[in-house]
Amino acid sequence: MIVCNDIAFSYQPDAPILSFPDLTCTEAGQLLLLGNSGCGKTTLLHIMCGLLRPQQGRIEVKGQDLQELKAKDLDRFRGENFGIIFQQSHFIQSLSVLENLAVPHFLLGQSFPKAKAQELLDSLGIVHKANAKPRSLSVGEQQRASIARALIHDPSLVLADEPTSALDDDSTATVISLLEQQCANAGAALIVVTHDQRLKSRYNNRIELDSAISPAL
Amino acid sequence: MNWIYMAWRNLGLKKLQTTLSLILLAFGVGLVSLLMLTEKQLSDTFDRNIQDIDLVLGAKGSPLQLILANVYHVDAPTGNIRLADARKVMRHPYIEEGIPLAYGDNYRGFRIVGSDDSYLRHYDAVLAAGRNIEAPFEVVVGQRVAETTGLQVGDTFFSAHGLQDETDIHTDKIFTVVGVLAESRSVVDQLLHCTIQTIWDVHEGHGETLDESEREITAVLLKKRNPLAVLTIPNVIRETNMQVALPSIEINRLTQNFGIGMNTLRAIALLIMLMSFASIFISVYDNLLARKYELALLRTMGSSPFGVFVLLLLEGGILSTGGAALGLIFSRVGLLILAQLIQDKFRYDWSSIGILPNEWALFGMAIFVGFMASAIPGFSALKIDISRTLSEK
Repeated sequence: MIVCNDIAFSYQPDAPILSFPDLTCTEAGQLLLLGNSGCGKTTLLHIMCGLLRPQQGRIEVKGQDLQELKAKDLDRFRGENFGIIFQQSHFIQSLSVLENLAVPHFLLGQSFPKAKAQELLDSLGIVHKANAKPRSLSVGEQQRASIARALIHDPSLVLADEPTSALDDDSTATVISLLEQQCANAGAALIVVTHDQRLKSRYNNRIELDSAISPAL
Repeated sequence: MNWIYMAWRNLGLKKLQTTLSLILLAFGVGLVSLLMLTEKQLSDTFDRNIQDIDLVLGAKGSPLQLILANVYHVDAPTGNIRLADARKVMRHPYIEEGIPLAYGDNYRGFRIVGSDDSYLRHYDAVLAAGRNIEAPFEVVVGQRVAETTGLQVGDTFFSAHGLQDETDIHTDKIFTVVGVLAESRSVVDQLLHCTIQTIWDVHEGHGETLDESEREITAVLLKKRNPLAVLTIPNVIRETNMQVALPSIEINRLTQNFGIGMNTLRAIALLIMLMSFASIFISVYDNLLARKYELALLRTMGSSPFGVFVLLLLEGGILSTGGAALGLIFSRVGLLILAQLIQDKFRYDWSSIGILPNEWALFGMAIFVGFMASAIPGFSALKIDISRTLSEK
């Protein structure tokens, strides 16, 4: 599904070079990337979905080398194949939760499966908030709505950046189970990037990122 | 879901800001459009009443007053002229036609104007009811007069001396309405028409002389046969108490004086429009800053940079289209109110309310500038660093 090899990245030519361990995630597989703050977790996640282009290395998603895609094709490829969940949920504030779910399909030029969206919200326990503005949801509810938005367009891969760091223990357990369960239902691979040690025990397949800064390279 | 809907909802999220931009633009456009409409209607009205009157002959005094009094019937006449003198001018070879006017009485504020049938013919006035004048003290009333006073064919009334009030009523002379004119959208709508003889007869009792050679009229509307008339006629009347004035020149002078006020208003209106574009710019730019994260989010969900650009452009476009359309509505509402206020004083109808070519240009320009004002934030949206924006907490 996704294979990353020999990734090295630096924000500026004279900035320190970040190098990352190789990683692989199979179709519908689940992978945890664990690391402390500032070790380059978010950078790696952005590299994986093509928001950042590394100076070195190869990222292959569904057999497609991201480095070979032109900017416009990459935008579309990302939209089609990735579902991304951010640490703090962000929505189009002017739109309702349900309308926010319609955005990915609109951007991909596809028609919006409203019934499916309702089902998804139902299975995440927030269907009663479908017509509410995102701002009126609790943090936990917002994170569940992000899960719905990440999965609505049947992506092959869901990337979650610190999905639980803003949540208390109870919500963390609920949200992460829902996330795993929904990805499994949808047949999407899941990569969770976090410093949240509460998640460590849940995953067999995990990679610990130590400081990615490598003076050697 | 589409970009327009999203832009619409985004504007709705900032209601105050959006309303401010809309109101500013609506006022700017409204004021400019109101000026355009007023100018157009004024010049239309002036033109319609001048028709092809080339010269007006009357007593010496202000030439503008002579025109206003005898062509538009909104000012007092400059005085009387002797019929015998006037005839000399009317029969001059350079003059094609002369329409004599004599007046000095009113009925409930509407002037009773004595002339011959060439006057009504000149304005293409047609009867809506009744017949033409055949004898002294028969009158044909204009459409607005009939509407306001309720005079109908067969009614009789007394006239009042002077042009304004009804304090001095001639109770010995009875006028009879024999006809009512259809609306002509010219000054004849506001007049009661009779023969010149009628006017003379009314004033018999005032001790005014009736000797044929001493008879007086108020003015003559002249149509020239030869362009040289404009130069020649003043020489012909040099020795008399008469003058000639050119309606087109006097009205030009009048509108030029009006024009200073109009230009000031126009400058103010343009300033308001400029402020509204600044407001649209700030509004869209502010949205860009506040929603940078949302725009980055759209990019992660598959939008191209161009999509985000279009979104911002639409926000400005909707604002400017809405504001400009509101402005055109404002100006029409304003015009209707103005028309109500002015109808009694100026006695001119304002009924054509279609969109002028100039207004289409104004409308198009406002929309275009609105789009442009949002293009600047749009271009900076093209350059958003998605990764960095998403990383900012």
